[in-house]
Amino acid sequence: MPAEQIRAVNNIDLELYPADFIAIMGPSGSGKTTLLDSLGCLGKITGGKLTVMGKDVSQAAESTLVEMRRRFVSFVFQDFLLIPTLTALENVELPLYFSGANYDRKFCVEALEKVGLSNRINHLPKELSGGEKQRVAIARALAKSPKVLFADEPTGNLDTRSSQEIFELFRKLNKEDGLTLVVTTHNPLFGALAQRIIYLKDGRLVSREESGLYV
Amino acid sequence: MKVWSVAFKNLSRKKIRTSLTIGGVAVAVAVLVSLSGFDAGYQRSLDRDIDKLGYHLLVTAKGCPYEAATLMLKGGGGLRYMEDSVYKRIVNDRRIDKITPQLVSSVYNQEGQSGRGAFTLYMGIEKSYLDLKPWSKFKYGHWFSGPDADEAIMGYEAAEVEQRSVGDKIFIPGMDKVLTVVGIFERAGTQDDGVIFIPLATAQRIFGLEGKLTGIGIKLKDIRTIAKFEEDLYNEPGIQVVSLAQVRGTILNLVSSARAMAGSVALIAIFIAIIGVTNTILMSVFERTREIGVMKALGASAADVFKIIWLETTIICFLGGLAGVVLAFSGSSIIEHLIRRFLPYTPAGKLVFIKPSLLLVAFLITVIMGLVAGIYPALRASLMKPIEAIRSGE
Repeated sequence: MPAEQIRAVNNIDLELYPADFIAIMGPSGSGKTTLLDSLGCLGKITGGKLTVMGKDVSQAAESTLVEMRRRFVSFVFQDFLLIPTLTALENVELPLYFSGANYDRKFCVEALEKVGLSNRINHLPKELSGGEKQRVAIARALAKSPKVLFADEPTGNLDTRSSQEIFELFRKLNKEDGLTLVVTTHNPLFGALAQRIIYLKDGRLVSREESGLYV
Repeated sequence: MKVWSVAFKNLSRKKIRTSLTIGGVAVAVAVLVSLSGFDAGYQRSLDRDIDKLGYHLLVTAKGCPYEAATLMLKGGGGLRYMEDSVYKRIVNDRRIDKITPQLVSSVYNQEGQSGRGAFTLYMGIEKSYLDLKPWSKFKYGHWFSGPDADEAIMGYEAAEVEQRSVGDKIFIPGMDKVLTVVGIFERAGTQDDGVIFIPLATAQRIFGLEGKLTGIGIKLKDIRTIAKFEEDLYNEPGIQVVSLAQVRGTILNLVSSARAMAGSVALIAIFIAIIGVTNTILMSVFERTREIGVMKALGASAADVFKIIWLETTIICFLGGLAGVVLAFSGSSIIEHLIRRFLPYTPAGKLVFIKPSLLLVAFLITVIMGLVAGIYPALRASLMKPIEAIRSGE
């Protein structure tokens, strides 16, 4: 851990609403991922204020952040990060297992159906294509019915066609299911789907815009 | 989904590495089981050997020689007597397995041994004497017809020297007494071969030693209680105790260095196995840094992660323990063979004795081993910060 703190994001004021869809854009190293991680309670913030579902978690202990991650937020990563030894279904079950509560496998199967992989539930990640892996990862994020889904460059490792499928999936999740989405992306097509786009540069918010494509 | 299935599936990811680690644990457990089994088996066999000697303890009057050779050196004299009340006091001690009183007397026979004169040993015994010498078998004849019959049973050599057979009359010089030979023992290879046995009461009557004994032979139920038993006997006045504890102690001293070495070998093997397990799991934790990060992002707490990693080490040690126990069982004859070549004194019988309880203990040790070996890797994994873990290697 570096002795000197590096300010990756600075002075950003952002509020998320139900069924919101925010795209965070900007060049590499602009602080997109750090902003996403902070909003998603993946790590402690070193300054400022973060309120999740009305609860101030700025100074919260790790156990509180774990609780937030279990109950309210889900993540999708650029390189999927599925557990390679577990099948698609087991990967989807994982967050429910960690939530500790008794859960119904039915939700996991439904989540896989929603992403169009009902015929792949017992396949291992290595037996799936990149697009399919990312859809398993999305199903994994959906299984526990999060309030907000954070996606870090979800199409960064996918070809154009798979990316299109993922875009469409996100659009439906937001529009039809009212899921709040926060995504980082380099892809302007993806950004165009969002209700709001914020541009970062060197950790600072340089502009906001409301997308005209989505009403 | 079960936590153990997550752990198990991860271990099966690197099959060779996992099997090698399990093998290391198995060898350590096998060494532990075999060496402890040897320790138990050796002592058991030694105890059995000592059992065959007959007495564990011989109680005699203070200053009384207790061996035929000593008696002879002293010219048959020097015998001392104790009251048979001593016998009555200790006969009901619950630690005693078998006990027999005896009265030895020596008589000078001028015609003995080619006319040069010799001492003949007479020993008054009761039937319990045979319980302590279970290998004493009659070559001819049988036991006395009554507890104070004027009869004799001759040791093999005594009968041979005096050319006696069953039915003959023998005369005790100077005592004016005639006894009928009713039995002759087979050769025992001990000093008993030269003794003429007569009923205890008869001996006390003939030699004018009513209520007197020269010795009490005692065999204990458990030879390990011998030291305490001996100590208790010191309270009895006018007696001395000759014990086989010393003999047993001497032999155990001989093998104690071997035992110490065996013990340290087992300890080292276990230590190495623990390090091996820790190393394997730690490697696997580092390889999975991003997966662990993602688990945490998905809601796993530090305890959840700790549990998974800890379980993995326990599974390795569990399987290793199982394999080790099997290995020890199947390899015990090889070890036995090796030990026999290296030890100065090896008793007859199985040297490596593996009790079920030993297997259980070894198994428990293995599981504890797993828990110990797993603490550090599990802690490392559980304390990983999700962001750093996920972004590592990106």
